[in-house]
Amino acid sequence: MSDPKNTFSLDGHEVPVTAGQTILQAAEASGSWIPTLCHHPEFEPHGSCRVCTVKLNGRTVSACTTPVRAGDVVELDTEELKGLRQNLVQFLFTEGNHFCPSCEQSGDCRLQAVGYALGVTGGHYNPLFPSRRVDASHPDVLLELNRCILCELCVRASAQVDKKDIFALSGRGIDKQLVVNAESGRLADTNLALSDKALSVCPVGAILKKRQGFLVPIGKRTYDERSIRERDLDRAKEDPQ
Amino acid sequence: MSGKKLRVATTSLAGCFGCHMSLLDIDERLIDLLELVEFDASPLTDKKHPGPCDLALIEGGLCNAENVHVLRELRKQCKILVAVGACAITGGLPAQRNNLDVRDCLRSVYLSGPGLAGGGLIPNDPELPLPLAQVHPLHDVVKVDYFLPGCPPSADAIWQFLTDLLAGRTPALGHGLIHYD
Repeated sequence: MSDPKNTFSLDGHEVPVTAGQTILQAAEASGSWIPTLCHHPEFEPHGSCRVCTVKLNGRTVSACTTPVRAGDVVELDTEELKGLRQNLVQFLFTEGNHFCPSCEQSGDCRLQAVGYALGVTGGHYNPLFPSRRVDASHPDVLLELNRCILCELCVRASAQVDKKDIFALSGRGIDKQLVVNAESGRLADTNLALSDKALSVCPVGAILKKRQGFLVPIGKRTYDERSIRERDLDRAKEDPQ
Repeated sequence: MSGKKLRVATTSLAGCFGCHMSLLDIDERLIDLLELVEFDASPLTDKKHPGPCDLALIEGGLCNAENVHVLRELRKQCKILVAVGACAITGGLPAQRNNLDVRDCLRSVYLSGPGLAGGGLIPNDPELPLPLAQVHPLHDVVKVDYFLPGCPPSADAIWQFLTDLLAGRTPALGHGLIHYD
């Protein structure tokens, strides 16, 4: 048993915590998986997708942004929270046009893999079937806004790593959308390059490199052989934060 | 389990029968299944209207008025209704027309599309069911008790689902069996 002063309670188990850790980091270090979509270990936590929602001392918070302290009580896998996370994933599916059978990203998609791991079998809500833009203007990159979940990972990668500020979010509420920083609004009129970090962080199939969609066959993809739970925990073990 | 067999109806609405093919892909397990269930209205029996049933397995979404009638009739007759496959659950491939005007689609297919000889007509026989403006998943119209995703769901997923349900367990598809594609 660890020193109770340096542990917090995660679903009734005492889990070690070091100063400055978020709930997500401490949970992953102890081998507990918390689903995430807008989170990427190389970027500052964002806290916008809410699928990492847990209860900290009785209040719902996002595990990726909230620090945990010794003595805290965190609920993760309660029936209530599992249902809430399923609902959040269902919202994302019904708000966009996510047709997995024709999507190049199928098998590599975090939204899909999180849906599998959470046992989301159906949409539950009435789908909105929005009409969104597809930008195929760039010779090497396809922008498919029907699949965008507004995680802002490409926005952050383009600003912080590529130093190009190519992407941004615009609008409010249900009309919020990803926009391209060019007068024409077209990807072809930006200085986006194939090596840009912004092209490799999309958790869904919204930003795709052209002519690469089927280089890896269905059945051999990121989350085909190992679940997102196992993959995320392996990554956390290799690269503890 | 009692000796009485469960009555199962199946149908394909706006689907491709791929999910039915996947059901047949459970191969010799069909023999085990037939010990437990008997089929009511289904493409497998050619019975057109369902009687009272325990279970309805429905493939395909709703693209026309007839689909809606068939679905409502099944919902009235069955105790448990299962949306089987991507089209029943999301609208699927047929729903990719949802952002197009249905008149433009018909004009393009029958009047103005490439390779047409000209002088065509948009079919308007009164026996033909009218297309809906948009393709809908089943749960837009009736209560759906279970969703069995996949395009199609694999034979193993269908078998896992049916054996869970027939044994009185909540169906649970683990990693590798749950698929949206």
